Amino acid sequence: MPDDHFSSMRQSIIDGAPDTASSLAQEAVASGIPPIDAINNGFVPGMHDVGEQFARGQMFLPDMMASAEAMRAAMAVLDPELKKLGTERPMAGIVLLGTTKGDIHEIGKILVGTMLTAHGFQVHDLGVDVAGDKFAAKARELKADIVGVSALLTTTMRNQKGVVEALEKDGLRSQVKVMVGGAPVTRRWAEEIGADGYAKDAMSAVALAQELMQQKLQAVSVQQ
Amino acid sequence: MRPKLELLDKPLIERILDEAFQLIEDPGVRVAPYVEDLLRAAGITVKEGVAHIPEVLARRLLDLVPRGFCLYDRLGKPAVHYSGDTVHFDPGSSCLNILDPEAQQPRPAMSADLVRLVQVAEMLPQFAAQSTAMVCNDIPPEIGDWYRLLLVLWYSEKPVVTGAFSASSLHTLIDLLAIESGGRETLRRNPRAIFDVCPSPPLNWSEFASQNLVDLARAGVPAEIVSMPLAGATAPVTLAGSVVQHAAECISGITIHQLAQPGSPIVWGGAPAIFDMRSGKTPMGAIETAMLDLACSQVGKYLGLPTHAYLVAGDGRFVDAQVEMESGMSAALGALAGINMISGAGMLDFLACHSIEKLVIDAEAIASAQRLIEGIQPHGVSLAVDMFAQTGLQGDFLRLKETRALFRKEQHFPSAIIDRGLPVPDGTSPDILQRARHRVDELVAAYERHPLPLEAERELIAFAQREGKPTGLEGLPGILNPAFA
Repeated sequence: MPDDHFSSMRQSIIDGAPDTASSLAQEAVASGIPPIDAINNGFVPGMHDVGEQFARGQMFLPDMMASAEAMRAAMAVLDPELKKLGTERPMAGIVLLGTTKGDIHEIGKILVGTMLTAHGFQVHDLGVDVAGDKFAAKARELKADIVGVSALLTTTMRNQKGVVEALEKDGLRSQVKVMVGGAPVTRRWAEEIGADGYAKDAMSAVALAQELMQQKLQAVSVQQ
Repeated sequence: MRPKLELLDKPLIERILDEAFQLIEDPGVRVAPYVEDLLRAAGITVKEGVAHIPEVLARRLLDLVPRGFCLYDRLGKPAVHYSGDTVHFDPGSSCLNILDPEAQQPRPAMSADLVRLVQVAEMLPQFAAQSTAMVCNDIPPEIGDWYRLLLVLWYSEKPVVTGAFSASSLHTLIDLLAIESGGRETLRRNPRAIFDVCPSPPLNWSEFASQNLVDLARAGVPAEIVSMPLAGATAPVTLAGSVVQHAAECISGITIHQLAQPGSPIVWGGAPAIFDMRSGKTPMGAIETAMLDLACSQVGKYLGLPTHAYLVAGDGRFVDAQVEMESGMSAALGALAGINMISGAGMLDFLACHSIEKLVIDAEAIASAQRLIEGIQPHGVSLAVDMFAQTGLQGDFLRLKETRALFRKEQHFPSAIIDRGLPVPDGTSPDILQRARHRVDELVAAYERHPLPLEAERELIAFAQREGKPTGLEGLPGILNPAFA
């Protein structure tokens, strides 16, 4: 596989071009490139670049959104191919995402989901306006490692606490890490409501999720 | 001449309204089941939770909104005039955290903090109204809405800007106000409070917001729409586009409200903001946020409606130069725009935190803004010639009787928070934060609570104990009247 092709894949993500990303993914499949190689050597490095440029202030949220769309378009082609081959990307952890009850905004959550997916997490998105008990029920069903709760408004961020409480009520809290984010959310708020972490943006959400998984694994090894 | 600032010309306002009317019809406005029958009865099509409001009907209902009304103080005097270009300020609302006065670090707000803030705001004439400024974290959340209103009513005689976070708590808040006012009819006639009601952007009147609109209209208690388009995130990225959305949310809210009770008072208000494309935050101190506030208000004024906006808030985490630059600038802009009620003073960190020290500094900015809109007025027959006739070229104006008679009208004298080079008693050089702390202490020390009539106080206490008991509320935090201990 010529490096040029991987480079084009990477660039399609940086450019936020879903049609190009999808075409490149289809070409890769047609020419017999293993889908896992296309993902790991082409598209994921593009998301890494985007994340780094965002962190440096060289890219902005609309750019990130477009890149996330492009990543999704590529994965829509490559995921079924992976399944056909019976191969899977090494999974970093199962993350359940949703926007809190009363809130219908999902920009931040979508970005977080895309970045987590790009970094090997299996992400399940419950959507918007999600009550605490729904988070808990789905977390149990999926055996989720992490629940991520987003809120955009000061009036709805208080419902993040309800998710922590619902997980406690269902006896899941010791097994599930909770991370929170959103425009009005702060680290202090996360601490106040008993969440395990706060991420200020999609890139730091990835770092946080990786750290939380480390904590989980360490806790398991201590128990064993 | 009263100085005035307008950002929109008439053709642009007409375009904004034209598009807002288009939006409320198509794609329409999401509404809650609670109001669907009300809307259908008026001939509005409601399909799958979305109301499609025709312009003709919306315009007819806009015409029913009172062009002005007052909020009354505890003594029954009109203290806030929602009409024309009158300008009032109140502290920001519903904050979760306070900047600790000593540590200057954010921490959860408690009822004692709210009491202190109310006492300070009570002493400052710059604030025509109080607000239920903080969520008290030592109070069970299920009674938090009415408890903070209780504290404000207990310690203040000024009108109150408040709000309910749920449909059920609204009725408890109205009950509380009725006790304090001497009955529902008095409350309706001389409303002491106004309730903020927030649509969810874009174009969504949620269950509790829809219900709040209807219930407030029927109770005759004024409502204040706080529409919050976030330009680029939950609203079009352009300022003009976000103003359109704000107008559509206000018009649709007024439609629901006026159908519930024609002629009930309601305010065209909001807390619009831009969405920072780097941080994802909503900077309340950004100049574009202030521009949105001014433009949204101007559209309301064009319709002849009472107006509200969220300004005088800064985004830094501490009481520093950035926060005060942002707050002072927007105080002046809001005043120049003639917005009837400007909320937000005291707040910082993207509305996540209150600071009483900031509140007293903001009061100085507000006083300057209030002086600004008094404008430059002529006094006497001549402007300067008569005074020159007395002094000649010697220029000894300090001796003139006109100087003594007029300097208080011409100049605003700030408190000691503002350094005008006056000597400090102990010879130190306190910075602005130290001066603000000192000012807060002075105001709290000088504050004197004016009790309610004994019967009303007993009734309020009985109400609070009765409603608080099922939640495990112990005592009545923040209310220390030994007569009821």
